[in-house]
Amino acid sequence: MTFEEIKNILQNKTVGIAGCGGLGSNCAVALTRVGIGTLIIADFDVVSESNLNRQYYFRDQIGIPKTIALTENIGRISNSVKVVAHNICLTKENIPGIFRDCDVIVEAFDRADQKEILIETVIIEFPEKPLVIGLGMAGWGKNDEIHCRRVDNMYICGDEISEISPDLPPIAPRVGMVANMQANVVLELLLT
Amino acid sequence: MKITLNNNPDSFDDDDITVNQLLKLKNFTFKMLIIKINGNLVPKEDYESTMIHSGDEVMVLHLISGG
Repeated sequence: MTFEEIKNILQNKTVGIAGCGGLGSNCAVALTRVGIGTLIIADFDVVSESNLNRQYYFRDQIGIPKTIALTENIGRISNSVKVVAHNICLTKENIPGIFRDCDVIVEAFDRADQKEILIETVIIEFPEKPLVIGLGMAGWGKNDEIHCRRVDNMYICGDEISEISPDLPPIAPRVGMVANMQANVVLELLLT
Repeated sequence: MKITLNNNPDSFDDDDITVNQLLKLKNFTFKMLIIKINGNLVPKEDYESTMIHSGDEVMVLHLISGG
């Protein structure tokens, strides 16, 4: 498939990204570069200095809501992506309405409790929709422990072990690996 | 009884156990989990009331923070 053919398929596809942190911002940028048609992004947070060790934002965006900063950055890469941004805290109640029209949903939260709410809600509300989750990417090195596996309609990317802690922070290389792995799974799903 | 737990065979002395009992027996102490029995999600509020039977395929996914 040529890149033109890839873009022709992707321009009609919609991907939902729940969370615009390290996973969400990098995954959104990867999908933007390959020509995704529509991104539905959601986050309630603002860009802070501590985010810049892994998230796709810039110093002059500190203090700005992540959904606005990410929409801006996507627009600097491509003018053909439609971004639907929800500056909102995702809950059981609002997740179905926000992500209903997505072909694929990417789970890109930071905290385990948020991951749980999103995954449970998507499985209950949209059992047929593919859900790509990021699980375990703190620290550095250990390239070969990062993997992708499928359970029903759920695609799990990460090492499934490395939880963040003060001595094992989430930092750019491994978070970026998992974010791009999630984007890669999205392409695999959408191009076949 | 014999079940499949996370793609591996596993056996327990009792014939039927609840999801909460399974978590205790396996020492799964993570607070944040996704559990499926035979492909069906078991919501958190149902861990105490949902029984696991012989032959069931159980998936317990441990959710860890980071992203």
